[in-house]
Amino acid sequence: MNNMVVLPLLIPLFTAVMLIFFHKRLTIQRWISGVSSLASVFVSVWIVLEVREEGIQTLHMGGWLPPYGIVFVADMFASLLVLTTSVVSAACLFYAFRSIGADRERNHFYSFVHFLIAGVMGSFLTGDLFNLFVCFEVMLIASYALIVLGGTRRQLRETLKYILINIVSSTLFVAAVAYLYAAAGTLNMAHLSVRVAEAGQGGIMTVIAVLFLIVFSLKAGLFLFFWLPGSYGAPPAVVAALYGALLTKVGLYAIIRMFTLVFYHEPGFTHTIIGWMAAATMILGGIGAIAYKDVSRILSYNVIAGVGFIAFGLAAANRTALEGVIYYLMHDMLIKALLFLLGGIIVALAGTDKLQQMGGLITRNPLLGWMFFISALAMVGVPPLSGFIGKLLIVQGGLESGFYWTTGISLALSLLLLTSMLNIFMNAFWGEEKMAGDGIWKSPRLLLVVSAALLILVIFLGVGAEWVDPYVSQAADVLLDAQLYIDAVLKE
Amino acid sequence: MKFTDVFLQTATKTLVFIIMTFSIYILFAGHHNPGGGFIGGLITASALVLLYIAFDLQSVRDIIPFNFNKLAAAGVIISVLTGTASLLFNVPFLSQTFTYVYLPLLGKTELASAVIFDLGVYMTVLGTTMTIITSISEDEK
Repeated sequence: MNNMVVLPLLIPLFTAVMLIFFHKRLTIQRWISGVSSLASVFVSVWIVLEVREEGIQTLHMGGWLPPYGIVFVADMFASLLVLTTSVVSAACLFYAFRSIGADRERNHFYSFVHFLIAGVMGSFLTGDLFNLFVCFEVMLIASYALIVLGGTRRQLRETLKYILINIVSSTLFVAAVAYLYAAAGTLNMAHLSVRVAEAGQGGIMTVIAVLFLIVFSLKAGLFLFFWLPGSYGAPPAVVAALYGALLTKVGLYAIIRMFTLVFYHEPGFTHTIIGWMAAATMILGGIGAIAYKDVSRILSYNVIAGVGFIAFGLAAANRTALEGVIYYLMHDMLIKALLFLLGGIIVALAGTDKLQQMGGLITRNPLLGWMFFISALAMVGVPPLSGFIGKLLIVQGGLESGFYWTTGISLALSLLLLTSMLNIFMNAFWGEEKMAGDGIWKSPRLLLVVSAALLILVIFLGVGAEWVDPYVSQAADVLLDAQLYIDAVLKE
Repeated sequence: MKFTDVFLQTATKTLVFIIMTFSIYILFAGHHNPGGGFIGGLITASALVLLYIAFDLQSVRDIIPFNFNKLAAAGVIISVLTGTASLLFNVPFLSQTFTYVYLPLLGKTELASAVIFDLGVYMTVLGTTMTIITSISEDEK
């Protein structure tokens, strides 16, 4: 029993509700959300250290022992993602203070962001399948509100699609949970794992597994990503950064958790499907990233390509690949947030989303230019930076498991992504100065400071890989051996 | 066009009290019988909606000067705090407790902390429903 485990969920939830009372007082809103986001970072660092010292931490809600009650489980994998989430959301909040505009702030913007964070934290920490569904819905309903807030024509159109697709996938989620409950008779993930292992993962269980794969792929943008590029282009940059960094990753986390903890008995079937989906996602994401000439679409397709890459690591499913997955997941959350935030500054300074109408930003804002350049290199995986280690481990793991073609695709993908990022860099920063717009934000200084903080973390994650490695390896232990998770939850 | 429906308004004046009483009964019955915060909140909301139908928006607002938006938020805070209170006693989050007390008139009564959680749910449901209904009916642009 450790009540700390619920705090990452509780802090943003409480903050979100408090902010409803102050929705007209912008200064108070900013102070409360700033302080609470820093408190979240502090708490999640604490949780990571505690899990490192004392192993998996669990919390039985209301004192009911699992499998009867809801249990919150902080293993190293979940805690690392919670930490990354809190860092990313703190950065996005501080970025929003200067960029989002008083109109949106007055209409509960910060409340929605905190509800979104609460949903994400809950999804990472919960050890109960239906509670995972509820946390997904908390996150999604907040994201519906954030995507439509402002009410421009484009936002309204994309919101309609986004909500429709997510309602369909949530309905499928409930159906899948119902099938699984009928087949296994429990919803606690650890207990599910025991039951599935006892009964054997036969035909019905595999069908349910594939249904879950479809559900979470719709949420994560793995192959079924057709809704994603449009939706991520509509809202303001900081909202797109939150989406790109958090929402798809929650779907991925759910896939990884389900297929390492519960449905790991038939890898010949399920993991092969994941492998194919990952390959298709990488190809289509890479093509999309070089095909378009506007910043938001290029970045959205980069998100998709990253999702495909992580899923490939899961399909390979050996120790090297799973360590790579954890590494790359943390890196991807940070770097996607960073790129969307920098992209937001670029679009605001240039006054347009179209690459052809930009140019020469480097003379006006050299710092921004070089920061974008370094983060582009980090995303693609140039050695001293953070993308490298995860990518190397996944490629190595893929080769060990005999996925030669998919490994080839993933390496070719890095080239395509590099091309797409340099496309933005060369068009926006080099060349003649084109004053397409005067820029919405006059002084992006705080925005640059926030992005620089993220960039430093990204560099640290690459250079300081030696320090991060024990944590990642502890996280991979649980993914490789479901028994560790089951023992922590069920035997106390 | 403004019209006055005497039958509707007179019936409403009686019915609203019956519905309100029933909703409170349902709210407190939830622990041992069908009912609870969610359905209680909806029934109270239906009483208020009946008022809105029988009278106009402004006169209902004069007699019930609540900000329903904030009522919903207060409800969530109450529910979250009942969970958080268990942190102070060093028991797991959302732990509940109950006790029997002898109240005048009611006699031996069971007081459970789950009722406070339910009260939060009740306020949230009421606040959310009324926020939706009033903001749709106010939108005239």
